[in-house]
Amino acid sequence: MSARTEVPQQRKTSPTVAAGADFLDTRVGASKMVKEFARKIFPDHWSFLLGEIALFSFVILILSGIFLTMFFVPSMTEVHYPEDALPVTMQGLEMSEAFASTVYMSYHVPGGLLMRQIHHWAALMFVGAMTVHMMRVFFTGAFRRPRELNWLVGFTLLILGLAAGFSGYSLPDDVLSGNGLRIADGVLRAIPLIGSYGSYMLFGGEFPGTDIIPRLFTVHILLVPGLILALIAVHLFLIVWHKHTQFPGPGRTDRNVVGYPLFPVYTAKAGGFFFIVFGVLAVMGATMSINNVWNYGPYDPSIVGAGAQPDWYMLFLEGALRLMPGQTEYVIGGFTLSLNILVPGVVIPGILFTLLALFPFIEGFATKDTGEHHVLDRPRNAPVRTASGVAILSVFFVLVAAGSNDLIATHFHLSLNAITWAFRVLFFVLPVVTFIVTKRICLSLQRKDRELVLHGHETGRVVRFASGEYIEVHRPLDEHERWVLVAHGPRRPLEIPAEEDSAGVRRPGHRRDRLRQSLSRFFYEDRVEPVTPAELAAAHAHDEHDAVDARPARETIGTQSH
Amino acid sequence: MSEEHNELTEPATAESFENPGLGHHRPRLGDDDPRAAKRSERQVVALFTVSILATIGGIVGYFAFPVAEPDAGNVRMSTLVLGLGLGLGMLGIGAAAVHWAKSLMNDHEKVEERHEQRGDDATRERAVEMLQEGAADSGIARRPVLKGALGTALALAPLSFVVPLVGNLGADWNVSKFRHTAWAGTPDGGPRYLATDPTDRRIKASDITRGSMVHVMPYRLPEEEHYLEEKAKAVVIVIRVDPSILKEPEERRGWSYDGIVAYSKVCTHVGCPVALYEQQTHHVLCPCHQSTFDITDQAKVVFGPAKRPLPQLPIAVDDEGYLYAQQDFDEPVGPSYWERER
Repeated sequence: MSARTEVPQQRKTSPTVAAGADFLDTRVGASKMVKEFARKIFPDHWSFLLGEIALFSFVILILSGIFLTMFFVPSMTEVHYPEDALPVTMQGLEMSEAFASTVYMSYHVPGGLLMRQIHHWAALMFVGAMTVHMMRVFFTGAFRRPRELNWLVGFTLLILGLAAGFSGYSLPDDVLSGNGLRIADGVLRAIPLIGSYGSYMLFGGEFPGTDIIPRLFTVHILLVPGLILALIAVHLFLIVWHKHTQFPGPGRTDRNVVGYPLFPVYTAKAGGFFFIVFGVLAVMGATMSINNVWNYGPYDPSIVGAGAQPDWYMLFLEGALRLMPGQTEYVIGGFTLSLNILVPGVVIPGILFTLLALFPFIEGFATKDTGEHHVLDRPRNAPVRTASGVAILSVFFVLVAAGSNDLIATHFHLSLNAITWAFRVLFFVLPVVTFIVTKRICLSLQRKDRELVLHGHETGRVVRFASGEYIEVHRPLDEHERWVLVAHGPRRPLEIPAEEDSAGVRRPGHRRDRLRQSLSRFFYEDRVEPVTPAELAAAHAHDEHDAVDARPARETIGTQSH
Repeated sequence: MSEEHNELTEPATAESFENPGLGHHRPRLGDDDPRAAKRSERQVVALFTVSILATIGGIVGYFAFPVAEPDAGNVRMSTLVLGLGLGLGMLGIGAAAVHWAKSLMNDHEKVEERHEQRGDDATRERAVEMLQEGAADSGIARRPVLKGALGTALALAPLSFVVPLVGNLGADWNVSKFRHTAWAGTPDGGPRYLATDPTDRRIKASDITRGSMVHVMPYRLPEEEHYLEEKAKAVVIVIRVDPSILKEPEERRGWSYDGIVAYSKVCTHVGCPVALYEQQTHHVLCPCHQSTFDITDQAKVVFGPAKRPLPQLPIAVDDEGYLYAQQDFDEPVGPSYWERER
């Protein structure tokens, strides 16, 4: 270590700072907190920024949201837009106060339009960053023991993010958001037994009523953000408590954490990153218009625009609704069971989200895992997990694309019906195909890693032997480089004890073990195990005659791993 | 996992390699060359300066482009200048801080030990003991009735909050309103005329040309209570086609007039307005989820996620040629719900 890591010389602390520090320490024990947290180590990787983007977007949502609440009126009272206010197209039109105040703040409050646009872009970024962060956690296996509960906290945050987005999207009471609410009402009504009453409960009577906007306002600015804040606190507390995961690398183990201290490196990097996220969103809000509600007009239940799309995170629901054939509505004993709405609106998202939420527990059941994992998996080293994740994502993206089937049809001059049918088929076929393909790619990448460990890098140096044989000289990996490729242990299917003991007595819990074993086989039957020291030694012995002849080349490059 | 295994490297076995320990630190330019470090410092200062200037620029823009004047151009300029001022103000700080951290701050990796989440056996035993002591102090185990009473009281107490809340959310809970629309008749008992929207003028059969679609509302509805709720159910599309291509079953003979048919505009899927009409095929399409209905054949579903046809409004023409509704729809309009067929 260089001289810069030495303890710096004691400097004279100014009396005011000392007095302040003494005040805090004697009141709240500040020195203990500083001692505990100031130099806490965090590992470094670009993908660890994804969660930070989500966190910072949320902070920006709160800041811009506070601005908006000062000028937005959450009321469905009918008013006429002022004759002397911009835009001209809205002058004198009858509309709800919510819509009127949204338009008015965009045109007559300096910074109002900017804050609306920052708020909307930040919302899209918030849900997007959460999704991508969740993908990172999934594909690197960061959800494994001991972090299963924090995975569930994060999952709940995603659902709350969707709720925050939808409730906020509906507030301006424009044509687009009104139709979004109408669709929500239609889905709600389809729920057996309680659907109609659920609709009355949401709207305070018949759709649209005059209660929904004030109610959604409370949901949007108090209930949901309150829950999100509380869960973010839990999420971050658990990150500090568990200490952050780290990617495999030399010196990294499940029992240590390698990185840089919170103060000053992460204070500067993460703190700086907050300003970067804020800056990017502010520039987006300044230059990219979004949700110009005056172009759609105030909500009217008889109007809808063609090519209307919800915000991106709602597209999968919209797409599912579009794909489901209508024949599946049944009347049983006089009661209507609308599977054409329930399946896409409730069952499919239910299955997708439940799978996602429970995945750590499913995988934990299959591996009967008992240790703590703090070193992440490279996605290729968990082929079935990676393939499962890609399969779930492919279903999600089919639904997202199906949610835009009308735009695809008009932009590419295709038949809407043909596109819908194609997506219906893809919905079933694509996850299977992506699962198989991803798994194969992972296994191939693992084979490539083995190849690299066993035989080293290609050097492009071709040597001819006296016998006329040509070989290419390979440069072996040094031990640091090699460690990344061999650090993960082999994972094999579980062996379970026999069903009956020697006396022929049936073992209790055997059925559960059988289920565990078949799941474990599904995960680990097809596998490529990392190179062992014995295999490496054998490979080198096999390469002996090459090594002799290629020695001059190897010596110049260096072979410290022999 | 025992505590002794906390050293950095793990011994090699036949199955696994030895962890080689931390790699060597690669010095940055500024680590060895003070001039390069000074250059980085100047860059950081420059980035902070960008931020300062941008913030000042944004505030100047706030006063330079007041949006009070009725000019949409000012709104654009104000938004742009304020936003760029804010954005560059933030980006400058962010970029400076990150550049500072990456180029000037100590970049030697440090190692910290982790501790297992699980408490050791002694801690666990002590925890169980403490809980048992506490439980014994409270006497809850020896007094099961007390436990039952506590549980029941806690379970019931929220009801006085939840019941009034949920009870009032749905207003009168009279879901049978789904069945009726304003087409049943005017408040004074007369028939409902078909009127334009939003101008609310009555429509004559001769106003509707073949191949056109108009969306109509019950006449004089805007003056009545619950206008939006009624409109959400009562909106109707009227289309005129060649009478010879209409497939009308016996019981619906007389529901149309000279090729003019009226159907609910509320999609039977999830309730969007069925707004698009294809003249050539006589199909109407819901732009939300693309349910497609055949106007010539009782608005039956030909494609998409809806199951039921659009309900038909029986219409007729009075002596002066104005279109009116003979009666209300004979089924609830809009999306399905559990009690719909009851």
